[in-house]
Amino acid sequence: MTAAMLDPCVTKNAPEYLVCEGNEAAALAVALARPDMVSVYPITPQSSLVEHLAKLVADGRMDAEIVDAEGEHSVLSVLQGAALAGGRTFTATCGPGLAFMFEPYFRTPGLRLPIVMALVTRDGLTPQSVWGGHQDAMTVREVGWVQMYCESVQEVLDTTLMAFKIAEHRDVMLPVNICLDGNYLSYGAARVTLPAQADVDAFLGEKDVNWHAALDPQKPMAIDPLTGGAGGKGPATFVRYRKGQCAGMQNALRVICETHDAYAQKFGRRFAPLVEEYRMADAEFALLTLGGMTGAAKDAVDEARDAGKRVGLIKIKTFSPFPVEALCAALRGIKALGVVDRSVAFRWNCGPMFQETLGALYRLGRPLPAASFIGGLAGADITVEHFHRVIEQTEALLHGAAPKNGPIWINEND
Amino acid sequence: MYEVRLHGRGGQGAVMAATMLASGVVAEGRFAVAIPSFGFERRGAPVAAFVRIDDREIRRMTNITHPDCVMCIDPTLSRSVDIFAGLKPGGALVQATEKPLSDLVTPETVAVVGVIDAVRIALDIFGRPITNTLMLGALARATGLVTLEGLKRALAHSEFRDAGLRQNLIALERGFHETAVQKLKQAAA
Repeated sequence: MTAAMLDPCVTKNAPEYLVCEGNEAAALAVALARPDMVSVYPITPQSSLVEHLAKLVADGRMDAEIVDAEGEHSVLSVLQGAALAGGRTFTATCGPGLAFMFEPYFRTPGLRLPIVMALVTRDGLTPQSVWGGHQDAMTVREVGWVQMYCESVQEVLDTTLMAFKIAEHRDVMLPVNICLDGNYLSYGAARVTLPAQADVDAFLGEKDVNWHAALDPQKPMAIDPLTGGAGGKGPATFVRYRKGQCAGMQNALRVICETHDAYAQKFGRRFAPLVEEYRMADAEFALLTLGGMTGAAKDAVDEARDAGKRVGLIKIKTFSPFPVEALCAALRGIKALGVVDRSVAFRWNCGPMFQETLGALYRLGRPLPAASFIGGLAGADITVEHFHRVIEQTEALLHGAAPKNGPIWINEND
Repeated sequence: MYEVRLHGRGGQGAVMAATMLASGVVAEGRFAVAIPSFGFERRGAPVAAFVRIDDREIRRMTNITHPDCVMCIDPTLSRSVDIFAGLKPGGALVQATEKPLSDLVTPETVAVVGVIDAVRIALDIFGRPITNTLMLGALARATGLVTLEGLKRALAHSEFRDAGLRQNLIALERGFHETAVQKLKQAAA
């Protein structure tokens, strides 16, 4: 199907600025990307995203097959078939849905299928809760998907579009998660600009999905045969697969930068691709943030700067692959760091991003006092006032305070 | 930055009103963010939603605890919820109530009040006590935060169609024109 055959329906009659929630922004971006198939199963706080997709299809504004599967395991399995047949594919899930999807989720990067999935992040069960947190995404950070976290509703829309180009790039060929904070970004509504369909078509270019192994009845072939083991070509073949995945992840660091550059040139909106440095030029100490919490953190940094504190902010956008070099570059001038996580690394008694940062600090080659803060669990708010406390406690490290053994729980007394 | 907290009950459309208010502001070329509070999705249960308005991009995506304005679209809610919690001195109250202004008891932080018998008018227009668009008209009248024209444009771009759109446009107009506004002496903040 060619672009010219389709009416540019999504942008028709749209005002210059829309107000929409993050879930709708993601759905609109998906429609603009013209996927061949979307498969969905609703789960809070992702539900309105797939409801918007279903409506876009029902209203004739999106020309894609939509499969309302019986569960998330089937959702991703359906998309694997579609991607193997050369289709551009999308789905969205979170928390328990992601858990139910885990078997095909693990298989997708190994198959090198460029499936794009919004992860509307949700905290882990139990205790029972249906609200946001990064625990689901963090739990699967070592499965081989590219994972990019968004700060704003506009960034959700733009990153969803970029995700298709990154996933389908021949040097990457890996599935991509767009992570948006459940509740605050999924249901938070803000002013967004919708790109023109013709510009999106030009940006994404000709669809080039699964050129290496397309299911074709005329050319029957086996996909994913048994490999590994201790004999014959098994071990070497298995290693080749894993090395290929690792190479794809490392290539993704470059392709994500190139794609963000190309996007900025085409649409005029520039987002830091791997790591953003905010007011870092002369910073003595810094906060490290991820996702939707970052806006409040930047407001707190501005206020602290007005009060004379030399504080900056580093935001990680691309968490997987972990941007070690870019993070080390951002850390080069500071003398103390406060890392704010929205999830728990149970094994290390800290936040997962803090744990990853410890690895980067080894590469940095000099000691840097750092504290782990955990907040915003299960929908809890991390406000500007909370970030002021994080700034104070991180600043104390500058003056010789020893980092606490274990995390500082931001919402402990809320 | 100006912050509004909306109070209502599940099913009255407080969350939708928050998005509509943000759309009205954006239609006028400014910036707005609307955030719903997260509770149990249950008809009749108290709900809150938050709207931030500014001339520049709004970065924080957080709840509002110290609003400049409280808008309550249900006449009975203030008996069970402290709708004035955290209201800044010199703040505004926009309240759905059948009571006259003189019977309304407000804390000292309230400097401007707009009241309207929204349930009666909603029953008149919709045959149901759906007060959200009426109260947006009342908010525009009492605070000048958004114009009636901006709200109309937001409605035109919304999911409302045909009879539903016409009814809601009438509700906006009547909300605007039938709201009584008073500045209070007690809070000269």
